[in-house]
Amino acid sequence: MLTLLARRLFQAIPVLFGISVITFVLIYYLPADPARMYAGPSATVATVTRIRHELGLDLPLWEQYGRYMQRVLSGDLGFSYRKQVPVIDLLLSRIPYTLALIFGGIFVELLIGLPVGLASAVARGQWTDRIGMFIALIGVSAPPFWLGLLLLYWLGYLIPIFPLGGTGSFMHLVLPSLTAGLGGAAWYARMMRSSTLDILSADYIRTARAKGLRNILVILRHVLPNALNPIITMAGLDIPWFIGGVVLVERVFDWPGVGRLAVEAIETVDVPLILGTVIFTALVVVLSGIVIDLVQGFADPRIRHDMQ
Amino acid sequence: MKLDPQRKSIAESVTEQTANQSDVLSASDQTSYMAMAWRRLRRDRTAMFGAALVIIIVVSALLAPLLSPHDPVEQFRDGLTPDGQPVPGTLFTGSDLNFPLGTDANGRDLLSRILYGARISLLVGVLANLLAVAIGTLMGSVAAYFGGWLETILMRFTDMMMAFPTLLLAMTLVAILKPSVWIIILVIGAVYWTWIARVIYGQVLALRDREFVIATRALGAGRLFTLFHHILPQLFPTIIVWGTLGIATNVMLEASLSYLGIGVQPPTPSWGGMIQQGQSFYRAAPWLVIFPGLAIMLTVFAFNLFGDGLRDALDPSQRGRN
Repeated sequence: MLTLLARRLFQAIPVLFGISVITFVLIYYLPADPARMYAGPSATVATVTRIRHELGLDLPLWEQYGRYMQRVLSGDLGFSYRKQVPVIDLLLSRIPYTLALIFGGIFVELLIGLPVGLASAVARGQWTDRIGMFIALIGVSAPPFWLGLLLLYWLGYLIPIFPLGGTGSFMHLVLPSLTAGLGGAAWYARMMRSSTLDILSADYIRTARAKGLRNILVILRHVLPNALNPIITMAGLDIPWFIGGVVLVERVFDWPGVGRLAVEAIETVDVPLILGTVIFTALVVVLSGIVIDLVQGFADPRIRHDMQ
Repeated sequence: MKLDPQRKSIAESVTEQTANQSDVLSASDQTSYMAMAWRRLRRDRTAMFGAALVIIIVVSALLAPLLSPHDPVEQFRDGLTPDGQPVPGTLFTGSDLNFPLGTDANGRDLLSRILYGARISLLVGVLANLLAVAIGTLMGSVAAYFGGWLETILMRFTDMMMAFPTLLLAMTLVAILKPSVWIIILVIGAVYWTWIARVIYGQVLALRDREFVIATRALGAGRLFTLFHHILPQLFPTIIVWGTLGIATNVMLEASLSYLGIGVQPPTPSWGGMIQQGQSFYRAAPWLVIFPGLAIMLTVFAFNLFGDGLRDALDPSQRGRN
C-alpha cells in the first residue's frame, strides 16, 4: 500500500508540473498588462515600466517561469499584486471555507444519491423507480447556480429558515452544501442504479437467495458492497467537475472560498494569485484522485491484489 | 459541478459495448443495424419526447424574430414600474399580454430575451461540441492506433487536461482571449474534448488488432487509410451518442461561464448572463432568475433524454440500465 502511495504521488509530479507550465504560458499571453493593473490607472508610463522591471515581467517567458518555480519549490507563492499580501496567506484564509463546502456537498451527494439509486434498482420498472429516475434526470439537467438561487428564494426568503448568505454557523452551510450536492446526488443515483442492476443479476446473488437469505440481508450484505465499487471509480472522474461547480456555488452565496478568489484573480489579472489558485485546485484534484485510488484498494480486494 | 453526468456513464457503457460487439459490422450489416436502431428509437416514447422537445427548442431559436413580441435589447419606458422596478409577467394574471413573462431591470422584455438567448445557447452548444468531438476523436484514435511514443504523449496530455478543473481552465482561457461567442465556442471545445478522446481511445484499442484491420493492412492499405476508412466508421454509434449528449453539457458550460460574467457579453442575451443580472433582484423579481433557468434546464433535459434514447437504440444491451 505504501509503495502504491509513493508511486501515485510520484506520478502526480509531471501532471502538476504540466499544469503549472500551461497556466504560466496562458497568463504570459494575457492581453491585459499586469504591471498596469499593479500600478493603477493613474500611474505614468515610467512608473509602469519600472514596476514591470521590478516584478520581472520584462524577462523572457522561460526565465520568468524558472524564477517562479524556484520560489514555489521553496514554499513561496509570491505576493498578490492587488492585495499586497502573500498568496499563501490568502489561500490559507480561504481553504477552510472551500473544504467545508466540498465536504458538505459530497455528504449531500452520497446521502441522497446512493439510497435513491439502490431503491430504484431494487424496484426496477415500478413507479418508485420511474419517478426516482425522472427526478434524477431533471436534477442533472438543472444548472447548479440556478438551483442555489431558487433554494435561497424559497428557504431563505419566502420561508426564512436559513440565512441569506454569509458564514459562521452550521445553518450557513446548509444551502450552499445542498446546491453543491444536489446535481451530484442525481448523478450518483443514476450511476448507483445501473451499478446495482449489474450486481443483482450476478450468480452469487442468486446463490444467496437460494440458500434462503432474507431479501434485506441480500441487499445489504451482498449487493450494496459490490455495487459501491464502480461508484468509487466514478467519484474520481467527478472531482474536477465538482471543484468547478464549487466556484459557481461560491458565487451564488458570496461564499469566501478559493473559487471566489480565483474569479477575482482572473478578473483583476492578479498573476501570482491566478497561478496560486489554479495550482492549488489542481493539487486538490490530483490528491483526491490518489485518495480515491487508495479507497478503491481498501474496498475491493481484487484491485488491491492487482496493485501489489 | 455536474456538468458532465452522462458522459461518464457512457464511458462505462461504451467499454462494455465494445466488449459486447462480438462481430465487426460490414457495410451492409451496418445499414440494417442503423435501420434497426432507428426502429428501436421510434418505439421509445421517452426518447421521442426528448426529440420533440429538442425540435421545439431549435425551431423557437430559429424563429426567434417572428415569435418574440419585442426587440430583445430595446428598453421600454413602460417596461419599468414608476419606482424603477421590473414589471412582473402578465401571462398568469392575464391582464395584458404586452410583457408575457415580465421585464428585466432595464425594462427589456424577458420572453423575447429568452427566445433570442436560445440562439446563443444552441449555437455554442452545437458548434463547441462538434469541435470537441472532432478533436477528441482525432486524439483518441491516433493515440490508440499508432501507439508508441505518440500514444504516450497524447494520452499523458489528455490526462493532464482532465486534472485541470474544467471551469477554471475555461475561465482563464476566456479571460486571455477576450469573451465573444466564437471564443466561447473555441474554449469549450478546447476543454471538453478530453472525455471523448478517452472513450474513442478505448474503442480503437479494442479494434486495432482485429482480423479485418490486419486484412486491410495485408491488402496493402496505408495506416491512415485503414484508420479513417475501416476503423473510424465502426465508432459511428459512439460519435452520434456523444454528439447529442455533449450538447447538453456544453449548453450548461456556456450558461455557467456567462453566469460568472465571462461568457457571452451583454447586451447579447444569454441565459446564464440573464440569471447573473437578475440575481441582485431575486427577492423582488424572482422571475428574472426562474425563467432563464427553466430554459437552460429544459434544453439540457431535452438533449439528455434524446441522447439516452439514442444510446439505448444504438446499443440495446444497455437498455433501461442507465
